[in-house]
Amino acid sequence: MTGPELFASLSKMLGEKLQEKIEFRGESTFVILSADLREVAKFCRDDLGFDYLLDITSVDNFGDEPRFEIVYELYSMTIAVHLRLKLRISEDEGEVPTVSDIWPTANWHEREIYDMMGIRFAGHPDLRRILMWDGYPYFPLRKEFPLEGLPSNMPDVAFSESAPLEGGPFVTLPSSATTKDREPRARRPIEQ
Amino acid sequence: MREVRPAVYDSKIEGNIIFTRVDAAMNWMRKNSLWPMPMGLACCAIELMATAASRFDISRFGAEVMRFSPRQCDVMIVAGTVTYKMALAVKRIYEQMPEPKWVIAMGACASTGGMYRSYAVLQGIDQLLPVDVYVSGCPPRPEALLEGLMKLQEKISGESSFREQKRGLMDERETVTA
Repeated sequence: MTGPELFASLSKMLGEKLQEKIEFRGESTFVILSADLREVAKFCRDDLGFDYLLDITSVDNFGDEPRFEIVYELYSMTIAVHLRLKLRISEDEGEVPTVSDIWPTANWHEREIYDMMGIRFAGHPDLRRILMWDGYPYFPLRKEFPLEGLPSNMPDVAFSESAPLEGGPFVTLPSSATTKDREPRARRPIEQ
Repeated sequence: MREVRPAVYDSKIEGNIIFTRVDAAMNWMRKNSLWPMPMGLACCAIELMATAASRFDISRFGAEVMRFSPRQCDVMIVAGTVTYKMALAVKRIYEQMPEPKWVIAMGACASTGGMYRSYAVLQGIDQLLPVDVYVSGCPPRPEALLEGLMKLQEKISGESSFREQKRGLMDERETVTA
């Protein structure tokens, strides 16, 4: 099967369950409901041959409803086709079924999303933090979390402090000027 | 009968005796055999390895014995970004090193947090450990680390730990007798 045939087959299988289909610069994205995720994932792996899960990422659309987006990047090793699955979940729901039994690589990706965004994965065999330490009280990639961090303390495990930002995030300037001009300095974000 | 030979006469060291101060002798020994604890945490560790390899050859300074056990180390070279998750582990390893011990903060991250003004990175290892020498650079070239090592040797040769120890003992005795 070629790429377009695969996508047509997926559209047919989804039918009414397909929320939205986005085509952008030759990339196909299927937006689905989290309730259908496991069924779709199994279909993609077994019937369509998407044997490789490249990545799972999460997006925080702070202020929008539903707030979070989970993005699954699938790839077929045999015919070299990409497929992107997206699902949207609200903060109150905050939980997505795991795909770690379908693609074992999802295990650590889901742990990272749980660690950084605080989205839980139902049925995950070992849902612990992966980057921060167990007991860290925040989810640092959420939009309301400040860039400089927040103080926390777990005796004998780890502590954290707010970083001094000196009036702005430390960013570099894209230019052909000297290193001294380009080096990261505290620069206020440009007001929109 | 056993043959008795006179001691070989060494005109440079007359009678094989040198007069010096304990501090000077000990400092000389300490500074020329600084065994590093390679605390490689990021890209600075690559430059640390280059410093140890043949081209830059840290063994010219007697510091080539990189021990991965803190019990056998004199100087901890903190090479790289210290995250909060790693911070207390670094401190613990430092505490396991026997006295006397020194610390070199290698590179911008170990010295100040560097470009990582973020929630995850300790803003300088000097918040946890007493740093003796800061080496600038991102990462520093091996020459810069060697310069830092030489600065540390200079610092050690000026230390007066035995004199201070003796003074402390005498003060203690005075307070006991008084």
